[in-house]
Amino acid sequence: MRAPTVGGVSAWLRETSVYRSIVRHGVADTNLNRSLVVMENLFLHVHPVKVRAKTLRLSHTLWLGGITIACTLILYASGILLMFYYHPSVPQAYRDMKELQFVVDDGLFLRNLHRWGAHLMVFAAFAHMLRVFYHRAYRPPRQFNWVVGVVLLLATLGLSYTGYLLPWDQLAFWGVSVGTNMVRAAPWIGEPFRFLLLGGHVVSENALLRFYVLHCVVLPVTLIVLVSIHIWRVRKDGGVQGPPEDDASSPSAGEQP
Amino acid sequence: MSALPPISIEESNDPLATPRRVALVRPDTRPAVRRREETYVMTFPHLVVREIILFQVVTIALSIAALLFDAPLQGIANPTETPNPAKAPWYFLGLQELLHYFPPVVAGVLLPGLVVIALVVIPYARINLSAGPLWARGGPRLLAAITTAIVGVAAFAALFDCWPVAVPTLAVGVVMLAARGGERGSRFRRALAEVTLPEWIMTWFVIVASVLTIIGTFFRGPGWSFVWPWASFRSW
Repeated sequence: MRAPTVGGVSAWLRETSVYRSIVRHGVADTNLNRSLVVMENLFLHVHPVKVRAKTLRLSHTLWLGGITIACTLILYASGILLMFYYHPSVPQAYRDMKELQFVVDDGLFLRNLHRWGAHLMVFAAFAHMLRVFYHRAYRPPRQFNWVVGVVLLLATLGLSYTGYLLPWDQLAFWGVSVGTNMVRAAPWIGEPFRFLLLGGHVVSENALLRFYVLHCVVLPVTLIVLVSIHIWRVRKDGGVQGPPEDDASSPSAGEQP
Repeated sequence: MSALPPISIEESNDPLATPRRVALVRPDTRPAVRRREETYVMTFPHLVVREIILFQVVTIALSIAALLFDAPLQGIANPTETPNPAKAPWYFLGLQELLHYFPPVVAGVLLPGLVVIALVVIPYARINLSAGPLWARGGPRLLAAITTAIVGVAAFAALFDCWPVAVPTLAVGVVMLAARGGERGSRFRRALAEVTLPEWIMTWFVIVASVLTIIGTFFRGPGWSFVWPWASFRSW
């Protein structure tokens, strides 16, 4: 009797009736099954089954959208872990920062990861927008996806900004005070909107709770929905577009005999 | 293009058997119609594997950053003790820098609002869809219009003593005007001559926004006074 190998065990596992009830297709060693990997998966089906080979080149997109998504995933994971140690109340919020630093295993690492991930996400989202602009990838049929992208950028800034208050240190408090004072300048709606945002006339415990709910529930859910639309629309709009193609920008130009 | 299937025409008197199809391909047509003959690869594994590798690279890079650099944490929030200066996060420091020059309703509402509106309408404005090289067409009137716009924006900024906007505007404007007639120049001048008006505007915006953000982040000290970044003062 031969000793079981990893490959042998996994091949046997993938043929069991339980596994096949979850994933209906077999091993992805044929193009049919490779298509099914994408088509039969809720998450992968935002992609087309086939992509243009040249879109995989680094120079095509610089992977900037991908970096933004990777940051998003890292931020969701580290953010959920941070939520286990955080109370959105004064002064416990600040004490929790100290707990993370000195008591919680890898607490400081977790907070650092969340902080730098957030900075990278804002930066990568900006860079992605510029890449799309200079490649003229906002042109038809991708107009609407550009608009979704602008809303996503605003949601990203909103997420980063609401998260900025949560440590409840001097940096957070005054950073948010300065920002929300700018809102006040808007005619008519400025003052009521600021009151709604802060739950009062100054940055207080109410503001902390509101920013916490926005940061941990409202904006993350909004982001998931919009990102799903954004990536799905990439497929619907004919895949990612890199540098403008000379003859392809007008569809009729290349097709004439 | 030669690999596309030839167009076949079937004739029949039975409309149920052979529906007549008339195809009119317009520039704003659905993407499926515009598909071109190209090399395709399977998304799985080619794209999915790259996505996983990208995720791993970002995770490793951020983990290294998180091990090396600690997130800032100052003393507990104290509403009675205002730090000087009180700074917003870095991506809002360009706005805060503008607030130093313009009234709040301009810097805090009007200008950011205009930027967002301008971004949203980009794909719907004809100028962005059909723009060729800026100086390719249009004679003295275009030159006059562009010059007026550059001088106007710079003068408006200078009116409020906002040199971080006025100076980059003039700098970009000079390069923009110098690009005129560069079609037969060096490679660099030819590249400049290819730039479209929307690209000039976006480049100008990015440069101005970067200058404002860098000044706001590194060159502002107590009372929003100008300081050198290597001065002992640090607010963050």
